Amino acid sequence: MQQSAPVRGSSRIRLDVDAAGRGDRIFEGATKAGAIAILALLAIIILLLLFESRNIFGHQGIGQFLFTTTWDPVFREFGVFAFIYGTVISSVIGLLLATPVAVGAAIYIVEYAPRWLRSPVSFTVELLAAIPSIIYGLWAVFILGPVMRFHIEPFLQTWFGPIPIVGNLFEGTPIGRDILTAGVILAIMILPTIMAISREVIMQVPDTQRDGMHALGATKWEMIQGAVIPYARAGIAGAAILGLARALGETMAVTMVIGNASTSITGSLFEPGYTMASAIANQFREADSQVYLSAIIAIALVLLVIAMIVNILARILIYSLVGKQSNSSRIG
Amino acid sequence: MSQETIEQTQTIQDDSLAAGMEVRNLSAYYGDFQAVKDITMPIERGKVTALIGPSGCGKSTFIRCLNRLHELTRGARVSGQAFLEDQDIYASNVDPVQVRRVIGMVFQKPNPFPMMSIYDNVIAGIKLNNARKSRGELDQIVEHSLRGAALWDEVKDKLDHSGASLSGGQQQRLCIARTIAVEPEVILMDEPCSALDPIATFKIEELIAELKERYTIALVTHNMQQAARVSDFTAFLLSGEERYGRLVEYGPTQQIFTNPQDEQTEAYITGKFG
Repeated sequence: MQQSAPVRGSSRIRLDVDAAGRGDRIFEGATKAGAIAILALLAIIILLLLFESRNIFGHQGIGQFLFTTTWDPVFREFGVFAFIYGTVISSVIGLLLATPVAVGAAIYIVEYAPRWLRSPVSFTVELLAAIPSIIYGLWAVFILGPVMRFHIEPFLQTWFGPIPIVGNLFEGTPIGRDILTAGVILAIMILPTIMAISREVIMQVPDTQRDGMHALGATKWEMIQGAVIPYARAGIAGAAILGLARALGETMAVTMVIGNASTSITGSLFEPGYTMASAIANQFREADSQVYLSAIIAIALVLLVIAMIVNILARILIYSLVGKQSNSSRIG
Repeated sequence: MSQETIEQTQTIQDDSLAAGMEVRNLSAYYGDFQAVKDITMPIERGKVTALIGPSGCGKSTFIRCLNRLHELTRGARVSGQAFLEDQDIYASNVDPVQVRRVIGMVFQKPNPFPMMSIYDNVIAGIKLNNARKSRGELDQIVEHSLRGAALWDEVKDKLDHSGASLSGGQQQRLCIARTIAVEPEVILMDEPCSALDPIATFKIEELIAELKERYTIALVTHNMQQAARVSDFTAFLLSGEERYGRLVEYGPTQQIFTNPQDEQTEAYITGKFG
């Protein structure tokens, strides 16, 4: 009886595999090409830098290049350690100054600010990221520098100078064009990045976490401390690392205030410094020999490698922070 | 084993009943929208009171008013009174943080703190209450609370693991342990089993029956069988065309399910809508 009715089922499956799969394959190919192009670009940049910097490593050893502080093109001595030092220290100062302010602002915006204030505050802070760095540089030269020189640096020297070890950081004559000033301008420049990402991360904390802490009788501060910050800390660390990465490569504003004049490392933040990016920008057009030019390109290579190391360390750090948390996504 | 039995009987004997609640003319709003209107009902001491009703009837909003959690939502406010024994928790001189320390809550989705160990999850509330306790005292509280939440045997060897490493049902019992660790008077439960499988649900229901020996419990549930199984009193909430939730009927569970006074209650419990 059932056999008499025609069966529809199997004839509805199209046997033309190609027609159905073609669009998918084209799309997959396009996305794959994009992914490969990015990797290829990175590889080309690294290869080019390696190739163009080959002369310097024929001229002197890698060890002498990386770990000495004498940079004297006239006598063909190229040691970049002072540049590495200036880059790392000014960036770390920027990071240390910017992170607490940025995270505090992000917490305020998400947890405290009335709704109508959220957008204006976020917008204003993010607008800072849109200001060209040359403008930060000008501002730093004319306003921040003098303020540092006449007010902040003497103040720091008075209060922290006498303390052993810490005092070493604040030795010398305040001039306002030094590693500390560069760090401060970097802090201002990376603040919007860290703030914006931290804000996103804090907004992602589920309300169930906030409810859970509130329901135990937490005050607002205890709730933020106990539920929001632990949940968001990996993302906040990631935000800070992105800020650090930006600080490491920042050229223009730093060049204008760091002093560009040190080949010795004293440990004082009041000492003029030099960063890798500033050295490249300042000297690229002065390079009058193959070795000099290749030494400058080698600085770029070192900068790239340091930036990559920072990013890898950041990944490891974030992974170790998230390690425990990743279990929850499995269950959720 | 014997020690455990002694401990349990002691805790039951040495304690008088937990406090009950009395809600009077309570209304809740989200901005201009009134979610719950004019609810007056008791939450009897040492009993389980179930709140049932179709989705959107305001039962979750209502239960969040009982520990002043509702007002934390932006634009949300509450009017009316809710007494814990003779103290109105909405009186102007009452600190909502203190209210939440004596009226605990368990949520729909298990929400252990994923960055804390199981041990730290249990004592999270104790730490907030600024009680200075020795490690030994804390160990005792952790064990007692986890036993009270029927979780001890499953986690006693991995107290340092993340709270998030447990299964969904275990996570919910961890949240119950966390709640009873601070010795509340009332425990509010907002659909505590809705994210759990039947076996985990059964365990939580068993646990509720044990907990009412010691705590007053208010339980929001979608599941009418659950309300019938575990509760002593039942309140039926409904939002009609006016959109705000109101209390249609309140009474002993037995009566609500066998002899409801209101025809809407009858229609709901017999599955005609909702």
